[in-house]
Order: sequence, then C-alpha cells, then structure tokens
Amino acid sequence: MNAIYWPSVFFLLFGAMACGFALAVLLSANIVRMAFYLVMSLAATAGLFFLAGQEFVGAMQLLIYVGGTLVLLIFGVMLTSQERFVNMKTLAGDWVIGMIAGGALLSLLTAAAFSVPEWRGPERAAVENLPIEPNATPIGMGLLGARVDQIGAPADERAGMAGYLFPFEIVSVHLLVVLIGAAYLARAKRRSNPLPTG
Amino acid sequence: MASAINNLLDWLLTSWLLSGLGLSVSTDSAIGYVVAAFIHIALIINLVAVGALVFIWLERKISGRIQDRLGPTRVGGKFGWLQTLADGLKLITKEDLMPDGADGFLFKIAPYISFAASIAAFIAIPFAGGPYPWIAQHLNTGVFFVIAVLGLEVFGVILAGYSSASKWSLFGAMREAAQVVSYEVPLGMCAVVPVLIAGSMDMVVIGNQQAGFFTNWFIFHDPATFITFWVYFTCALASVNRAPFDLAEAESELVAGFHTEYSGLRWSFFFMAEYGSMLSVSLLASILFLGGWHGPIPIASLLGLTAENGDVAGYVGNLLGLTNVLFKGVVGVSVMIWIRWTLPRLRIDQVMATCLKYCTPIAAVMFLGAVLWQYNLPGRTFFGLLAAPPAMFSVDEGWEAPPAVTTEPAKPAMVEVRVEGLTPQQVAANQERGN
Repeated sequence: MNAIYWPSVFFLLFGAMACGFALAVLLSANIVRMAFYLVMSLAATAGLFFLAGQEFVGAMQLLIYVGGTLVLLIFGVMLTSQERFVNMKTLAGDWVIGMIAGGALLSLLTAAAFSVPEWRGPERAAVENLPIEPNATPIGMGLLGARVDQIGAPADERAGMAGYLFPFEIVSVHLLVVLIGAAYLARAKRRSNPLPTG
Repeated sequence: MASAINNLLDWLLTSWLLSGLGLSVSTDSAIGYVVAAFIHIALIINLVAVGALVFIWLERKISGRIQDRLGPTRVGGKFGWLQTLADGLKLITKEDLMPDGADGFLFKIAPYISFAASIAAFIAIPFAGGPYPWIAQHLNTGVFFVIAVLGLEVFGVILAGYSSASKWSLFGAMREAAQVVSYEVPLGMCAVVPVLIAGSMDMVVIGNQQAGFFTNWFIFHDPATFITFWVYFTCALASVNRAPFDLAEAESELVAGFHTEYSGLRWSFFFMAEYGSMLSVSLLASILFLGGWHGPIPIASLLGLTAENGDVAGYVGNLLGLTNVLFKGVVGVSVMIWIRWTLPRLRIDQVMATCLKYCTPIAAVMFLGAVLWQYNLPGRTFFGLLAAPPAMFSVDEGWEAPPAVTTEPAKPAMVEVRVEGLTPQQVAANQERGN
C-alpha cells in the first residue's frame, strides 16, 4: 500500500495533460478552442512547477503565460471575427514544413535531454531524502543583488555576481520602449493642418 | 481491504486529529496522502458552497432592508434563512438549455472553469495562524499565488461569453475582460504594500506579525497603508465584478451579460464562483490589512490560549482565530453587498478612468509613501505613535547575512607590455621615462 509514490503519479498526470493539450492545440481548427487548450497546457506546466515545490515559478507561469494567453484570446476574438480566421484550415504543405521544423527541434531537445548527465533524473531514494525547501527567497534576494544561493562560492568568484537586477532592468526598459513604440504606431494620425469642421 | 481501513483509521487517529492539536506527523503513507488531500478539498468546497448559500440569503435580506422591504421571510421559519436552499432546488429542476449556435464543449465547461479558479485561491489562504497554521497548502509566496489565481476566474467568463453565440454575452465578456485585466495592476500594487511592511509574501507570516491589539494591524501602520486599504477594496470590488463595476452583466443594457444564455445548475455555478471570489478577496484583505486571525483585543493570548501553553490551548486559540478571519471576511462581503445596493452602475469609460486615472496612480504613490515611511520610521506602528511589537521583526529570510564581499578596488586598466629581452624592471623603468 505504501508503494505508490504520489509525486510520480502527479508528475505523469500533469505531464500527460500538458502534452495532450499541446497536441489538441495543433489538431483543433477553431481559434478560441486553440486558446483554451493552450491555457490548459500552460496551466498543467504550472502544476509541474508546483509539484517541484517551486510555487513562485508556478504562480508566475499562471500569471504571465495563462494571463497573457487570455489577452491573446480576447484580441483573437475581437480582431479576427471573420469566419476565415475563426476556423483555420491547415494546408498539407504547412503540415509538412511544420513537421520538419518541429521534428528537428524535438530531436535536438531529446538528444540534449538524454546526453547531459546532470539532466538525468536522480534515483528515487535520493529524491525522497532531499530536504524540502519550498522557498523563493534565493530568487528574491538574487533580484536584489545578493546571490545567497552562491554563498559557498569563493569570494573572488562571488565578486562578479551582480544578481539579476541589471538584466531585469534592461529587459523592462526594452519592454517599455516596445510599448511606447506600439502606442506611437497605433495612435490615430492627426492631420497637420486640420480644416475647421463647423 | 480490512488492512486499508485499519490504515485509514490509524492514520486518522494518529496523524490528522493530532496534527490539528500540534503534533507533527508525516503524510507519507499512500492512504494518508489521499485522505489529507480530500479533507482539505472537502473543507474548502464546503466553505465556498455554504458561503454562497449564506451570502445569497444575506444579499436578499440586505437589499430588501435597503429598499425598505422585508426580503425573504418564510422558508425555514425565521428570517427566511433557508431561502437559498429552496432556490437551489428550483435551479436543479430547471431545464438545461443550450443555444443552437453555441460551441457546446466550451459552453458546458465554462462555469466549471470559473468555479475551479474561484476555489483554487482558497488553497493558499490561512484561516488561523500561530506555529501550526490552518491552511491547506502553506505556500512561501501565498499572496502572489492568490493574486495570480484570482485573475483566472475571468477566463471562464470569457469562454462563456464567446461560446454562447449571443451578442449580449460577447459584449459582457469583453467588458469583463478589459476590466479585470486593467484592475489587476492596482490590485497587485496594493497587495505589495503589506508585503513590503511584513517583509514576506507568506500569508501566515503576515498574519502573525499583526499579533496583539488592533493598533498593530497593517491598515493602521501608517497613512499610506490606510489609504492603500481603501484602494485595495475598490479594486477588489472591480476585479470580482461586483456593482458598481458589474458591467459584464449590466441588466439594463445587456440582458444578463455573459450568463444570458445559461440556466439551471450551470448558471448557479457562476454565482457560486462570484460569491467565492468575493469571500476570497475579503479574506485576503482581512489577512493583509485587518490583522487576520487576531481580534481587535487579543483575547486568545490574554487568556493564554496559545500553542506554548499546550496543544489543546493552541487548538482553541486557533478556533478563535478561525472565527476572527471568517467574521472579517463576512463583514467584507457584507460591505460589498451594501455598496451594490447603494451606488449606481458606472459607465465603461468611468470604470476605466477610475482604474487608470485614480486607482493606479494612488496605489503607486502609496507604495512609495509606505517605502519612505518604513525607511524613516522603522520599528513604529499605529501611524508611528507606538513602538512596533517584537512580532513585527520576526521575518527570517532563512539565510545568514552574506559576508561582506571583500572586493579589491578596481585597478586602472593597464596593458602589460612585454618587450622581448627586457626584464619587468626594465619595462617599468621605460614606462616611467615615457611619462
């Protein structure tokens, strides 16, 4: 009775959900259903993160990816209300090209996953003895500039670790530039010399 | 089979009951894992379902009184307190309709998505604190999790609006989507302020820090948090789609908005989801701002009902804490009901202006204000009038402060010149001569 290792069961469950819904995204023709399956697939991935004890990353996955897909879905419905886009038919040629591109990536990832020794799954006995540390503190401190996860490293190595603050700021400024650019492009063009209307 | 039942009984007696009393046990055994999960799920679903039952009755009573009526009076004897149950029976017997043009699969699944998202938030909400908190899953980043999950409820609404193949539904869903996506920004900003003061995203830690008299509640911590609470409540009202922000179901314009085409039990699932998320944002407010499981006067600790004085005392203290949390949550929901029957509905542009022009800037400024207050008046509470209790300094990040990195001051960039046949001393002499 004690032989069931529940984390494995849930890992398989969430993994199967993520893969199954990802396939459903491919095979479905309706854009709203696709978005629904995509959300389900991403939520199952978030479940995998929760299972690994990293609830911060899991909640991030829910907030960013699932929420982002939600906005995508809204625009998908609002902007492509024509029949032609709501029900998309994939041509045979697209299938072939997609299969080649996807297959190449899949084979690369599979080969990489099995060839790097550090990425192999540890033994179950080792897993069960792992200390449970569901803690987002290292990520937060790293964002502030203190790499507490690297405290054991020698001082001269630690001197170069600036935390994640700088890359984070670069990314956010980049996003801000993109936002301003999008607002500029989408803005209604004002005529330079408006005629009096009334 | 018999051994399984024995295991179950053993486990129930040795672990579940006793863990509530403060004894720690592992839930490693296969059956224990399942039973523990089911107990938590059953408690949470019951809280949401029974809560909806009570809140719908409360809504009818309060709206009746506000409109100078009596509200329900008959079912169940006094006060019509079983009215919702009668309504539920009526809803079950209603015909389950689906429009011809509807997307059947999405139409059927949408209410359950809303309901599931609404329940999921309760997983990380503690109902009593102390060293043995009553919480389904003690998350290190509970506040973040609850905010992330609360935003998912709108997904079911959008699916319902789209799949109903009705213009009213689609309009309602689009309005709700725009509204919820906008209001998540100030809501998150407001929730960050207590997190900032507590120094932790762990809701149990945040609640425990407000121990003692009501002067220690985070709403009274400083003027910034006081204002933040009201902004939070406004945004919570909008994000759970309640009047005056209930544009998604504006019955004067959109028939019933996103649930126009729903009937019977599916429709009632939307309502359970709505009341569930009203309760969860109120509970979040009570834990973040209103002291959580600590009453205005710390009766439990004055009477010695804490875990230090034995398991039974801790258990009773936790029961008192549970009462406190639930009472504050119910008060929050009642205020939402009161607002609904008092204020008229806003227009969509007013809703957006409230969010973008008022709530977001106020929340941002209050965030800044809380930071400055914490920086200039650390260790004070109750608007800076009292010294903060020791509980407020309890956050332990779980790591020692890193040893100061002894970095040598950066050397000026210098290219080492290696000239064939010269010793380093000669190179240095050449450089000095060159200078």
